[in-house]
Amino acid sequence: MPEAFLEKYLRLENLPTIWCAGCGLGTDMRSIVKAFDTLELDPDMTVLVSGIGCSSRMPAYVDVNTVHTTHGRAIAFATGIKLANHDLTVVVVSGDGDAAAIGGNHLIHACRRNINITLVVLNNSNYGMTSGQYSPLTPQGSVATTAPYGNVEQSWDLCDLARASGATYVARSTTFHYELITKLVTKGIEHKGFSFIEVITQCPTYFGRFNLAGSPTDMLKYQKTHSIRIERSDGTEEAITIGELYKREAREYCDHYDELIVRAKELKAEMSED
Amino acid sequence: MGDARVQLLQGNEACAEGALAAGCRFYGGYPITPSSEIAEIMAFRLPQEGGKFVQMEDEIGSIASIIGASMAGVKAFTATSGPGYSLMMENIGYACVTEIPIVIVNVMRCGPSTGQPTATGQGDLMQARWGTHSDHPAITLAAASGQEMYDLTAKAFNLSEKFRMPVTMLSDAVVGHIRERVVLHSPDEIGIVQRKLADESADEYVPMDVDDSHIPALANLGSKHHPYYTGLVHSGKGFFTSKPEEVEYFIRRLSLKVEKHKDELIDVEELGTDDCEVCLVSFGVSGRAAINIAQRMRDAGKKVGHLRLKTVWPFPDEVIKSIAAKCHTFVVPEMNLGQLKLEVERAACGEAKVIGVNNISGSMITTHEIYDVVKEFV
Ligand SMILES: Cc1ncc(C[n+]2csc(CCOP(=O)(O)OP(=O)(O)O)c2C)c(N)n1
Ligand code: SF4
Ligand SMILES: [Mg+2]
Repeated sequence: MPEAFLEKYLRLENLPTIWCAGCGLGTDMRSIVKAFDTLELDPDMTVLVSGIGCSSRMPAYVDVNTVHTTHGRAIAFATGIKLANHDLTVVVVSGDGDAAAIGGNHLIHACRRNINITLVVLNNSNYGMTSGQYSPLTPQGSVATTAPYGNVEQSWDLCDLARASGATYVARSTTFHYELITKLVTKGIEHKGFSFIEVITQCPTYFGRFNLAGSPTDMLKYQKTHSIRIERSDGTEEAITIGELYKREAREYCDHYDELIVRAKELKAEMSED
Repeated sequence: MGDARVQLLQGNEACAEGALAAGCRFYGGYPITPSSEIAEIMAFRLPQEGGKFVQMEDEIGSIASIIGASMAGVKAFTATSGPGYSLMMENIGYACVTEIPIVIVNVMRCGPSTGQPTATGQGDLMQARWGTHSDHPAITLAAASGQEMYDLTAKAFNLSEKFRMPVTMLSDAVVGHIRERVVLHSPDEIGIVQRKLADESADEYVPMDVDDSHIPALANLGSKHHPYYTGLVHSGKGFFTSKPEEVEYFIRRLSLKVEKHKDELIDVEELGTDDCEVCLVSFGVSGRAAINIAQRMRDAGKKVGHLRLKTVWPFPDEVIKSIAAKCHTFVVPEMNLGQLKLEVERAACGEAKVIGVNNISGSMITTHEIYDVVKEFV
């Protein structure tokens, strides 16, 4: 018997997933819906939106209102959804290619708007779905199908980008730290504004195999040994900083828009009195 | 005081008012000449009605945002011109496959690429039909006046709601910017159509459960039925399928929605098509010059007719066929290199000659240009 929260938040009839054995995405999904359970989110009023990629297949398995959109566009769809109905809790899951490459423009502008959406980027350092090409988050020097001699491009620190773009909640975890994912997603959903959460996850089938990262377990161990909690970091380590990286309160977009509506209606009423 | 419903409006203003009258409460857009006034007016007017306007980062985001808003149950639209329309294509296909009602207004400019932004043209006729990849249905209307910018925009909303699909309304730089008398018909006069919704009191909802109409009921986001929308080919339950028979059925059904209701969708304006020897066929703004010629030549006793398509897609094959059986020549004036002409030829099946009059200069096609051709055939 699966745990009760999985029964509540998963479409068990759609399992097994399409994900490879040892892929991090199953663990990530479990941690995300665990956050839904922690917050006791009403599935009828929760929307999970994704783009295209292995990670973006997640909404097919999650038993809330779900939208599997086009490659890179999930955040733009989510913007329309949230603006149209503020009462919906809107969460987006996106791959590193989906969010940072083809969808990069939507990402930075959603951060800038500070709209109350929670974005979880499942960063497996490559394009899993299309069999291992490099993404903007593939480390320089790593091998990918389109970087057979090693990736010559610099990679992004997406958390830095999100923060610089105006996101008011920025956090990072790895799949190894699966409980931390739940904590951060919970906090992210609770936070009023645009919440950005990066999850470093493993794609053993492509990135792992091409870069001799060993078994899925070895990849998880790597995540464990190469990350450091923000509380313990002095900022100088060569490690993945995890935890809540940044948080600030700022006016949220939908709230701001509601105020604007009040003003527009008042003005219209005044104008018709004249 | 005159009737407040009769106003002197710019075509783009009329379009915005038509959308509001039809119940539109969301606009996602990106500025582009010659459509920008629509965004500007919506930014001003929507909040007055409790609606939302968002200027997205590009047209891909614009169309994504309106599909999202519509999924959440709010009637939504965007307006653009050629370059922006090109950027929207992928997600127009997505709205076809997920069967989400949205309206796209394309205020056409002249030429390919950046073309002539401030000049008029009608070069996006085929793009409105085939712009997004693979087989998909299309409903496209074409406005020739300020009044039609109002009426047909409202109609586009109704059709999108009824057929659960994107509807494009084509206009152009001239119709978008011309100021004309427009009667602002009330929502009652328009007859507002709302999408057929999933029954929230029922225990079960099968997303693709369709009756003879081939149009399934829609579960807005925020539904107890937990809909799953995907651009993947999907089966009855809404999830991905690769079973050949389900794939075949799904793709065919999307087009059947339009095919089956063609009679209801076709909307044409006819002058003398019963007895004409030469029939002008037009859509949108070029119809204004065409009808002028047809009327004047008729007044002079010539058997000239005019057919103007207010619905361009689906194409009125049957109407063309029946006229082809009577006339000997079609003359097709249009501000492109012969896109409508191709369709008229196809539908006429060799029963009548089809002659094009094409102006791609960026200025309005003139009555003289058309007359010079028509007179050769009467
Ligand atoms: C417009 C468009 N371009 C390209 C593709 C092909 N494509 C599908 S998924 C994908 C990359 C996915 O990578 P990522 O977002 O990192 O997700 P992952 O599969 O790694 O989870 C690409 C390029 C597409 N579906 N649509
Ligand atoms: S290809 Fe990689 S990301 Fe995709 S399911 Fe397999 S392991 Fe996971
Ligand atoms: Mg990836």
